[in-house]
Amino acid sequence: MDVADQRTGERPEAAGLVGPGPVPVALRVNGELRRIAVEPRTTLAEALRGPLGLKGTKLACDHGACSACSVWLDGRVVASCSILAIEIGDREVTSIEGLASYGALHPVQEAFIAHDAVQCGFCTPGLVMSCAALLASNPRPGPDQVRAAISGHVCRCGTYPHVIRAMRSLAGPGGAGHGR
Amino acid sequence: MDGDRRGRRERFPYGLAHLGLGEVEREISPEEPPPLAANEGLRLIGKDTRRWDARAKVTGEARYTVDVDMAGMLHAAVLRSPFAHARILSIDLSAAENAPGVHAGIDLVGAAADRPPAVVRYVGQPVVALAAESRVLAEEALRLVEIDYQELPFVIDPEPAGRPDAPVVYDLSEVADAPSAGLPATPRAELLLGNVLGPGGEHESSDVTAALEQADTVVGGTYRTQVQTHCCMEPHAIVASWRKDCLDVWMSTQFIAGVRVELAEYFGIPLSRVRVRAAAIGGGFGSKSRLGLYGRAAAGLSRLARAPVRLVYRRDEEQIDSGNRSSSEQHLRIGANRDGTLAAISLVSYGNAGIAFGAGVGFIATGLYRCDRVAALHSDVFTHTAPSCAMRGPGNTQGAFALEQCIDELAERLGMDPLDLRDRIDQSTVRREERRLGAERIGWHRRSGPGRGAGPIKHGLGVAQSLWPALVQTNAACEVRLWRDGVVEVLSSVQDIGTGVGTTLAQVVAEELGLEPDQVRVRIGDTEYPSGPPSYGSRTTASITPPARTAAWRLQESLLRAVAAAWQVDAADLVLEQGRIRLRGDPDRRISWREAAATLRTDRISAVADRTDDYGGFRSRAGDAAVARGELGGVQFAEVEVDTETGFIRVQRVVAVQDCGRPINPRQVESQVQGGVLMGISYALLEERILDPRTGRVLNPNFVDYKLLGAGEVPEIDVILLENYQGLSASDAYGVAEPSNIPTAAAVANAVYNAIGVRIRSLPMTPATVLRALGSLSGEDR
Repeated sequence: MDVADQRTGERPEAAGLVGPGPVPVALRVNGELRRIAVEPRTTLAEALRGPLGLKGTKLACDHGACSACSVWLDGRVVASCSILAIEIGDREVTSIEGLASYGALHPVQEAFIAHDAVQCGFCTPGLVMSCAALLASNPRPGPDQVRAAISGHVCRCGTYPHVIRAMRSLAGPGGAGHGR
Repeated sequence: MDGDRRGRRERFPYGLAHLGLGEVEREISPEEPPPLAANEGLRLIGKDTRRWDARAKVTGEARYTVDVDMAGMLHAAVLRSPFAHARILSIDLSAAENAPGVHAGIDLVGAAADRPPAVVRYVGQPVVALAAESRVLAEEALRLVEIDYQELPFVIDPEPAGRPDAPVVYDLSEVADAPSAGLPATPRAELLLGNVLGPGGEHESSDVTAALEQADTVVGGTYRTQVQTHCCMEPHAIVASWRKDCLDVWMSTQFIAGVRVELAEYFGIPLSRVRVRAAAIGGGFGSKSRLGLYGRAAAGLSRLARAPVRLVYRRDEEQIDSGNRSSSEQHLRIGANRDGTLAAISLVSYGNAGIAFGAGVGFIATGLYRCDRVAALHSDVFTHTAPSCAMRGPGNTQGAFALEQCIDELAERLGMDPLDLRDRIDQSTVRREERRLGAERIGWHRRSGPGRGAGPIKHGLGVAQSLWPALVQTNAACEVRLWRDGVVEVLSSVQDIGTGVGTTLAQVVAEELGLEPDQVRVRIGDTEYPSGPPSYGSRTTASITPPARTAAWRLQESLLRAVAAAWQVDAADLVLEQGRIRLRGDPDRRISWREAAATLRTDRISAVADRTDDYGGFRSRAGDAAVARGELGGVQFAEVEVDTETGFIRVQRVVAVQDCGRPINPRQVESQVQGGVLMGISYALLEERILDPRTGRVLNPNFVDYKLLGAGEVPEIDVILLENYQGLSASDAYGVAEPSNIPTAAAVANAVYNAIGVRIRSLPMTPATVLRALGSLSGEDR
C-alpha cells in the first residue's frame, strides 16, 4: 500500500502492513456492518461473492473492462473486481441485493422488466447499478446520457436498445429524448 | 373433447397475417390438439409478456453455475500448453498432487508411459487439471507439474498452412480424432493432403465453368472473414459431484440433456444415474453446446477426489479455448444473364477452424437464389490454433458476407436496384414481402449511387438476406402438471440461455388452460424433467412449444373428465374459459379452476407429450434432429456513415425484418433479433482474435484488447416481425436466434460500398481497412 517503500525497494515495516494471511475487515454493505476475514489480495467482488454471500454481483472479465461487477461506493459506481476489500474503509457498499428496499423493486429494475432489458441476465445487475446511479444524479436522463452511463458495460446478448428504452420510460413525459 | 375435434383432417391458419390469412387443411393424429387460431384470436400467445425470470435477473437472485456452492467443494484449474505444437514426452504430477490443499490431478492428453507420446497442437490446449481446496492453491500447484515438451514446428496462418512444405497438424492416422466445428460430423480422412482436408462439396456441376464463360456478366472476388470469439458473459463453468454411483452436475450449457448423454457414455453409467442442471445460463451462442474436455475433467476430478469439483474458466481461458467462429477465404464468382437471372455460381472456399474440421461457409451461396449451375467446393485448412465450434449461424454468416456483396455488385453491374434483382432471383415469397416492408421502413428510395455526396462523411444504404433451416429436435418432451390445490407446472429439461423460452412455455400452457402466464410455474433446466431440446440451431421454440401445448391440452381433458365424473355429466358438455369450468347450457353449474382441481382423485395429475413430427412430415431427419419444410427467412437493411478522413464506419440504423413462423412473445423475439444484429455489427466492424505469429499465442484474450461493440455505437434498430402461419405443428412457432445474425455484416458492407464506392471484401472493416481501400480509390482519381 505504501508507494514510497516500494520505490526504495526496502521491506516496509510500517504498522499498517498486513497479510498475506487473512486479515479482519469490517465492511458496511447494504446498510449492515459485516465483519469478515480475507486475504489482502481479495477484491471487493470476491469478498461480496465469497464470505459475504452476495452472489448477485457478477464477475465476467476480472479486468475492469466489462462493468458486470459494478457496485456503489458511497453511491458512486465502481468496478468491484478492481478494488481490494481492505481498501474500502468506512465507505458504504451497495450491491444489487441492496437496491430493492423491503421487497419493492427500484424503478430501474421495474423498467428493465417492463421493457425486456434482460436476456441471459449475467451483465444485468451491473447495468442496473449504473442506471440507478445515473437516475440518482439525473432524474431525467436523455438517451445520450444513458449511453454514456452504460458505455463501459459489455452485454453480449445485446440488451442495450431495451436498456435505453427502459431508461427513457423513466425520464417521463418531456424528459430529454422522450418519444424519439 | 367431442367427436368432431378428433377428426383427422383439420383446417389451420395459413400465410402471412398482414397480407390476410388463408387456410390449409392438414391430416393430423387424434393425439394432437385442435388447430391453434392465429395470434389475433388468442389471449396470450403473440402478446408481449414479461420474461419469466426477469425479476430474478434484475435483483441478482438468479443463480448461475458460477454461483453454485457445495459443502466440501474443490476448485479446479487447468494447465495449458505454452507451445503451438509439441510432443509431450512425459508428465509428472507427483509433486503437484502432493502440494498443499491439492486433492486430485488428472492428465488430459493421455501421456501415460505405455502409450505413444501425446501431441499438443495449439497454445492453450489443456494438458493437466488439478482440484484443490481453492482456485489459488490449484493454480499454485500447477507450477509443480513437470512436463517434458519437445517443441515441433507449427503453422498458424491458413495460407502457409496450405502449402506442401507446411508442418502438418494431423497425419492420416490422426485426423479421425480431430474435433468437429460444425458439419460434417466426421472428417473425410481420404481427402486429407498436408493440412488441407478437401475439397469436397455436394454441389458439383461440371458445366459451371462453361456457363460462367458464356454469361453476359460475371462478378466476383475473394472474400475473407476473421476468427470471432463467442464472449459469453458467464464463462464456461461446471460443478460436478459424484455421490456413490450417481453423478450430479451443474453446468452452464446450452443442452443439459445432451451433456447427460455424453457423461453417461464417457463414464459408462446409465442415463438415469446422471443428473444435469442449469438454472440461469450466462449466454452460449454455440460455444456451450457440448460437455467438452473441461466437463470431463471436472467430473473425472470429482470421482478421483470424492468431492464436488468446480471448474470455471478465467476470461483469458474463455477467449482462448472455449471455441470460436472459424475464419474463411471465399472465391466466389457469379455469372448472370442481362435480365438478372443467374447463369452460374462458382464458390471455392477454405475455412480455418484451427485443429478442428467443419469450417464450411454454409449453404447460403448454393441455396438462397435460383440457379441451375452451381459448384461449391470447400476445403478445411488445419492450423495449430484453438478449435472452432458452432457460433450463431455457423457457416452462413461467413457465406452471406461473400454472397450478398456479390449480388449487390451484380445489381450494380446490371444497372438494377439490388431489391429488384433479388425479386427476380429469390423464389421466397416471405423474403419478397420482407424486402418490401424493410425498404419502406428504412426509406430505400433515398438511396443514391455509390460514392456520391460532398464532404468527407459519406452516407450509404445497404441490404442483405439470410437463409437458415427451420430445425426441430424430435427428442423433446414436456410435462404439464396440475396439483389438487390448483397450481399448474410446466416441466422440461430445456434450458433458458437468455432467449426467454421459459416465458413462452408459460404463455402456451396458460393460453390452453385459460390461465394467466404467471399462474404457470416454469420448472426447466433439470434432466429429472422430461428431456428437452438443445438451445442451439434456432430450434428450441419449434421443438418444445408444440409438446407443451399438447401436454396442456391433454391435462385439460383429464381435468374435465374429473369434473364431469364429479358432476355426473358428459365431459364433452364442459367448457373451460377464463380460469373457470362451466356446464354448457346451465349457467349455474360453474366452478373456479381451484375448485375444479380439488375434485381430483389424487394430489397431482400430469400429462407428458413429445415432439411429434410436423404435420405432413419433415423435409429430412437425422437422429434426433429434423429439418422442417419451411425455412427462416430474414432481410436486413443498414444505413451507415463513413468518415473518409478517419476511416470510421458508424452504423446509424438497421431495419431487421424476420420470419419465425408464429411469434409467441414478440418483445422477447425483438430482444433476440436486436442481439443478433448487434453481434453482427460488432463482427463487421470490430471483432478479431489476433495471434502472435512467432508463438501462436492469442494476443487479445480479454475485453480490453478484443474489441466489442459498446452502447455508444448501438444504432437505432427497427425489428419487424412477420406472422407466418404454415400449419405445421401444435404451436407453428420457429426460432430466430441465428437468422437474425447472418445477414448483418453483409448489409453493413453493402451500405459501406454505397457510401464510399469501394468494396471492402474482408472483415472486420476497421478504419485501417477502410483507409487502405480508399487509398486505392484516390489512386484512380475518381
